[in-house]
Amino acid sequence: MELIEVPLHAVAHSRAGDKGNRLNLSLMPYDPALYPLLAEQVTEARVLALFRHRGATRCTRYDLPLIHAFNFVLDDALEGGVNGALNLDGHGKSHSFRLLALTVRVPAEAIRRRHPGY
Amino acid sequence: MRDLFLLGNGAGFSGDRVDAAIPVVRSLLRRGLPAAMFFECLAERTIALAQIEKRRDPEAGYEPMLERLLEPILTDCARAGIPILGNFGAANPPAAARCVARLARRLGLPGLRIGVITGDDVSTTVDLDALTPHEADAGFDMAEWRLVSANAYIGAAPLAEALARGAQVVVAGRTSDPSLAIAPLMHHFGWAEDDWQALALGAACGHLLECGSQVTGGVFWDPGFKDIPDPADIGFPIAEVGRDGSLVITKPEDTGGIVDLRVVKEQLLYELHDPAAYVTPDVVMDITGVTLAEQGRNRVALAGVRGHARPERLKVTACYEGSWLGEGEVSVAGPNALARARASADVLLERVRRRGLARRARADLIGVSAVHDSDDGALWRAYDGPEPPEIRIRLAVESTSRDDAEQAAREALAMLCCGAAGTSGARWRVSPRILTRSFLIPRERVPTEVTVREARAWN
Repeated sequence: MELIEVPLHAVAHSRAGDKGNRLNLSLMPYDPALYPLLAEQVTEARVLALFRHRGATRCTRYDLPLIHAFNFVLDDALEGGVNGALNLDGHGKSHSFRLLALTVRVPAEAIRRRHPGY
Repeated sequence: MRDLFLLGNGAGFSGDRVDAAIPVVRSLLRRGLPAAMFFECLAERTIALAQIEKRRDPEAGYEPMLERLLEPILTDCARAGIPILGNFGAANPPAAARCVARLARRLGLPGLRIGVITGDDVSTTVDLDALTPHEADAGFDMAEWRLVSANAYIGAAPLAEALARGAQVVVAGRTSDPSLAIAPLMHHFGWAEDDWQALALGAACGHLLECGSQVTGGVFWDPGFKDIPDPADIGFPIAEVGRDGSLVITKPEDTGGIVDLRVVKEQLLYELHDPAAYVTPDVVMDITGVTLAEQGRNRVALAGVRGHARPERLKVTACYEGSWLGEGEVSVAGPNALARARASADVLLERVRRRGLARRARADLIGVSAVHDSDDGALWRAYDGPEPPEIRIRLAVESTSRDDAEQAAREALAMLCCGAAGTSGARWRVSPRILTRSFLIPRERVPTEVTVREARAWN
């Protein structure tokens, strides 16, 4: 099977939420068949690495296989959060798209069905 | 016939679209089933800003858009027996009730029954230092901070009591957001305060609806990937809740937006941490067994939510003031914009450092890296991608005094003459900073009071 490397954005969607200095990122593949593959590749360590430069200290992934969703919870990722941060995006709501820029290797046919350009 | 109750949402935050409730109410009227409307207008820090307003004017400190939100729907809701609930009382629920009463009298509804919930404000009744700390914003030095507000997140029971006493509008301050949805369901179905399974269904309903359009296409649409009809007119959500424990999320006909599996999943996990334990004052919700199913166009059914006993203690959020945020921006564009932008950011930081104006400072290169970056600019400093056509340089500081914050922000203005070639478009502003801490308090220490009076009697 031919695998190609694509940003998560090509195969999944995400929404960011905050509570204080903690960030949560949901992640759902458009095609439930890709759920096991994302479970294997989108690890806590890889997601934590995306937010190391901001001082994130921990990443926990909760799996919800019944709805083919993941929930990543990142501690200390928001530089103080909506009140404390000097960042324009104190809530951290743009970070769903930081996650979606992470690359994964997926079967070429799965991606070409949705996006013929790949 | 099945016993169905419809719950509509008209606002997901203070600042939401003010005309959103109109098609929701129209849809509820058309369907003719028992129904209620709720408005969620109170983020964690909104109440502190409202408290500052109230300090300036004792009749202020509630949702500034209250009249604008309710005027187009109040008469219809009152006539059809659709109660309206909201945390639009913010720091001053009695003043908000007087505002609703004035509106009702103007609309010819002097007999409208308005209920007010008080007791969430614990700033003068509770010694915070004696409570169990829960969470705090980073970088806190308590000695320098002044308490602005302290409010407990109260549950659905007092709201349901107001409904039982005939309130047609229920004005609350700090309640937990899902409680605004749980209360009318509790009242309609007669749920007991310890019926965890029923309350969890209500919590799921509230959690999905409390952010308004976020479950019908808001913060969802992504052109070419997740397209929705008419993002300029997203229909706000309606939940159909059955006595049998069924829950369907939908939206008004003839509106834009979408209700499908994708958007409902996004909102189900929004601001959620452990999916097995979403804590509200009324119930602990567990969504690990939840399943979702599309039931035709713009209808998604949720099943399998579980409830566990509510927590013994309530969360109190305290807000403090004490420092100032200063921000200034300028633009550069065209050839060599990246080098000019980087150097400008360093010059701004150096000016603030030399003048000793800030406790903390950061620079962003908007168009290169800003919202994803860190205070030290790790991403824009390391950037080696293509030259952007335009970049906006932003300086942000935290200062101890208003004057220092303003002086720092004005350094961006000074770049119009002292900056790199072609520097333009300066804007700057100063605003007070609010930080929060939360505590846990035994619920019996937060007595609430429910007052229900006709509009003619609220003066």
